[in-house]
Amino acid sequence: MKLFRELLFPAIAVVCAFAVGAIVVLLIGDSPVETFRLLLGSAFSWPDGIGYTLFFATPLIFTGLAVAVALRGGLLNIGAEGQLYVAAFATAWVGITFASLPSLLLVPLCCLAGISAGAGWAAIPGVLKARFGSHEVINTIMLNFIAVALVGYLTQYHYRIPGDPIMETAPIGGAAHIPRLGTFVPGLPARIPLNVAFLLALFACWLVYVLLWKTKWGYEIRATGQSPSAAEYGGVSIRKEIVLTMAISGALAGMVGINEVLGYRYRYYDGFSDNYGFTGIAVALLGRNHPVGVIAAAFLFAVLQRGGVPVDAFTQHVSKDIVLILQALVILFVAAEALFRRGNRGQGALGRI
Amino acid sequence: MKLELRDISKRFGAVLANDHLNITIPSGTIHAIVGENGAGKSTAMRIAYGFYRADSGDILVDDQVRDIRAPLDAIALGIGMVHQHFMLVRPMTVTENIVLGAEPGSAVSLDLKQAAAGIRALSAEFKLAVDADAVVDDLSVGQQQRVELLKALYRRAALLILDEPTAVLTPQEVEEFFGILRRMREQGKTVVIITHKLSEVLAISDNVTVMRDGKVVGNLRTNDTSAAELARLMVGRDVLLRVEKAPAKAGATVLSVRDLSIAGRDGTRRLDKVSFDVRAGEIVGVAGVEGNGQTELVEALAGLLPHSQVAGTIAFNGRDIHQLNARRRREIGIAHVPEDRHRRGLLLEFSLAENAILGVHYRAPAAGGLGSALLNTRAIGQRAERVIREFDVRPPNPALPARALSGGNQQKLIIGREFELPPTLLLISQPTRGVDIGAIEFIHRKIVALRDNGCAVLLVSAELEEVTALSDRLLVLHDGRIAGEIDPAEATHEQIGLLMTGGHA
Amino acid sequence: MRSIVTLSLLFSTIRLATPLVWAAIGGLYSERSGVINIALEGLMLAGAFTAAAVTFYTHSPWIGVGAAAVAAAFFALLLGVVCIRFKANEVVAGTGINILFLGLPAVLSGALFLSSGSTPQIPRDELLPAFGQLSVMSIVAVLLVACTQYVLYRTRFGLRLRAVGENPEAADAAGIRVHRLRYAGVILSGVLAGVGGAYLSIGQSSLFTRNMTAGRGFIALAALIFGKWRPVPTMLACVLFGFADALTIQMQGVVKLPSGEDVPVQFIQMIPYVVTIVVLAGFIGQSRAPGALGVAYDKES
Repeated sequence: MKLFRELLFPAIAVVCAFAVGAIVVLLIGDSPVETFRLLLGSAFSWPDGIGYTLFFATPLIFTGLAVAVALRGGLLNIGAEGQLYVAAFATAWVGITFASLPSLLLVPLCCLAGISAGAGWAAIPGVLKARFGSHEVINTIMLNFIAVALVGYLTQYHYRIPGDPIMETAPIGGAAHIPRLGTFVPGLPARIPLNVAFLLALFACWLVYVLLWKTKWGYEIRATGQSPSAAEYGGVSIRKEIVLTMAISGALAGMVGINEVLGYRYRYYDGFSDNYGFTGIAVALLGRNHPVGVIAAAFLFAVLQRGGVPVDAFTQHVSKDIVLILQALVILFVAAEALFRRGNRGQGALGRI
Repeated sequence: MKLELRDISKRFGAVLANDHLNITIPSGTIHAIVGENGAGKSTAMRIAYGFYRADSGDILVDDQVRDIRAPLDAIALGIGMVHQHFMLVRPMTVTENIVLGAEPGSAVSLDLKQAAAGIRALSAEFKLAVDADAVVDDLSVGQQQRVELLKALYRRAALLILDEPTAVLTPQEVEEFFGILRRMREQGKTVVIITHKLSEVLAISDNVTVMRDGKVVGNLRTNDTSAAELARLMVGRDVLLRVEKAPAKAGATVLSVRDLSIAGRDGTRRLDKVSFDVRAGEIVGVAGVEGNGQTELVEALAGLLPHSQVAGTIAFNGRDIHQLNARRRREIGIAHVPEDRHRRGLLLEFSLAENAILGVHYRAPAAGGLGSALLNTRAIGQRAERVIREFDVRPPNPALPARALSGGNQQKLIIGREFELPPTLLLISQPTRGVDIGAIEFIHRKIVALRDNGCAVLLVSAELEEVTALSDRLLVLHDGRIAGEIDPAEATHEQIGLLMTGGHA
Repeated sequence: MRSIVTLSLLFSTIRLATPLVWAAIGGLYSERSGVINIALEGLMLAGAFTAAAVTFYTHSPWIGVGAAAVAAAFFALLLGVVCIRFKANEVVAGTGINILFLGLPAVLSGALFLSSGSTPQIPRDELLPAFGQLSVMSIVAVLLVACTQYVLYRTRFGLRLRAVGENPEAADAAGIRVHRLRYAGVILSGVLAGVGGAYLSIGQSSLFTRNMTAGRGFIALAALIFGKWRPVPTMLACVLFGFADALTIQMQGVVKLPSGEDVPVQFIQMIPYVVTIVVLAGFIGQSRAPGALGVAYDKES
């Protein structure tokens, strides 16, 4: 019964969001039926549909996990966008600077760089909150802007190939590339960017599950998110937990770089993120902050994102921003469900500004 | 004003808080409503005040049926209420608080001067002295209560409902308070007190209604009844009003506190050079009205206050533990049952099993595999089942979330968890607040049993009866200092009350 | 350095502080009633877009401002319903509104103007009027602050609003309609933030571009916290942030690195955001928020 309830509410939220979205489309003068057909239809063809959908889902799983872990710890990480940019750049930087290393060393090193960079960037608002009590929502958003500026500067002034009009860095060494799934899945061409990072994303889901529910660290994170005063009574250092939770969150967001840099573009490309950080919030909320839910919600939003391209191309008025609108509606409807979920509003350390 | 509740019923989810209640409160009397926690007394009166709407039944004011949908309606009829937890806006002044909702002046301009004048008049009439310009946050609890009374009187209340009004008063203040009530009755007001303190019911009320499990089980004239009869009606069986315990066999000193001073976050002195010892096998009680430093004392001993706020020596078995954090203190055998079980003691959304390991979750047996990173589900389950069994926690299902339990069962879970350590020193604060009588007896027996096993116990309680019954030695705390130490077997409530207000034994 | 400190810096500061003041005071009404409003950013965007679009069609900036206020008020009401009636977490719901306005203006703009990037340019004489460098909206902003100071502390509405934000249960017990006042606070925040956004698109510039608020809604919130939720200190905080922003613009192209090159524009862009973080870290500990801020009022719980 509880599982049914857990599934029902997100489903209702999605349906409501789509309903309102349909009204918006209608108001703009396009056909909702046509729009949604385009939005959902192109996701399931083989190989391109499924391939691209799963590829889009990969970063969303990472950011979804990032936000979910943070929410479990009572924190709202809006900074996944900045964290993934910093991480992606760090990943590329290692890939460029140490290009001569063999694959066996270079790939893990690149991954580590990305994960650490993401963790570090997220730890900053964590420390600010732990030490000064300033709310992570404002700080993470500020750091998003700072991250974009910082990484933009580094790309433009130091790592761009002279003469290249596009804002991107030099390519990473060949040894840093990770294989596309097309190289060992029959029928899947290697031109589709779906790569091993997708498997890493699934593995990360399992890791997060184990971390949160099977380890003492997860217990402490969840306790802090549920009731900081009770956790403190139980001997948990709240300050430590805040920083730790943000760091883990940032590390997960940072893994987006692995998919993007090592598996797709093989370089850092400025502005590569299609709002992955913000979508991650919708993914986490829709997925009830649980790894399994995150996979399902990430898949849904990936479907929408894949569908955004034909919507942009084939409809008169609607652009692919309709996807953002749908996401926002999902967030609002999921948030509103608080009324029907007796008790837990999941406040804890969250909420107070 | 005569008030009558006729056939009132109210359900909250699965709980039937009020079950076809019939209560008649004659005009111009002081009427007590007694019952255990959870009997439904506050709910019934909140319905009369318009805070809740009854599912069925009528409210009659002066023999006329009235539709009371919101506090505004009740206030308009002349019903006022002073809640157990004061409804005051702390950063605002007394005047602002009293006139809130009935502000003089126009929509674009408040007339606070007129308000202050009206308040001073009332204050004189009922002898409720307050400083109209003081900020409520700066007032003592007794003064805040006076502000609450003035609020009701300012709105021309003919009937006042007071919910557990003496919970926060010393015995002397209670006498003063009774004087105020008698004055109101002389002025023709009707007073309803909700309380669980039988001695006070007998002292002040004209009539008493007894409630149990949401029903009215008795409407009596106070003069015609006794404490024993009331207690029996409240509980449904004969009740032991005293705890049976053998004299203490005190051993070595376990806890030694010297010149302990605690500063609050705002810099005020919460505790001022307090010194005492607790020995193995004895229960040292700390009596005192809440807000005199007890909370800070226990939190400091448990390691929950920042070091910078705590000065003095705390020695455990001869060793200075000032530097140890809460986790380390639990490791060396100091258990802590907190005064606020919802805020500190439990993780309400977590299961009983997960709550049973709060505080010991990071080490064996709760944490086992992989260098003690992984939680050992089986060991956790076993521990939970043991606690549930030995402390009669109901319903006995370790997978339930803690919020599903009643107050008494939650408290038993916490106490069971802490007793499992096993503790060398137990810090226990307000152990039976909000707990039904059956569980109270159980908890008292368990504490005494722990003492008999050689544990040192520091018991803090605002319930005088509890702390005098259980303690072997009794300290009284007032204004952050120990006002005196007495032998609970011989001292009277009057003597203790004197100490609680800063007088001398 | 001397070329930086000029009268233009003063006017620049006022210009840049104005939308912050409108949004921050809006936030004040909401937060004082106990409802966290993190959607100031989205509400400003709503106002900015609506003002630009409506002014383009009606050729009147005042109708544009009015429409902006109404539009933003509508979405603020939506936020209010989700948070007050449905007891949603205010930070999450507010974030939803913010994300909504990352996309909605673009979709509407695409439909109306066939350009999802920005609305068409509005001619000079149809923008909000100004006395030289000083916009009317800046002057009204100061009046707004004075008015708010009076309303909050000397009227019945203000007293009740504050009570509801500090202790809604006490207010309810005194017969005050808690939810109604909270709705009022939230809707007011929409109106004011919307006007602030309108100033951005039809006062400070002449069209609406995607995400043109660039975090100003959050900076306004930071100013509110810095200003301890009181009208005049909040305004001063906005001026401080406006000054940092103005300095940023003045510095571009003027301040040089020791090597003689220009400071990379990205570093200068970072300044307002870094300032916000520093200010927030330094002062939040001393800020006392309204007692019931962020706590939904549910009588029967």
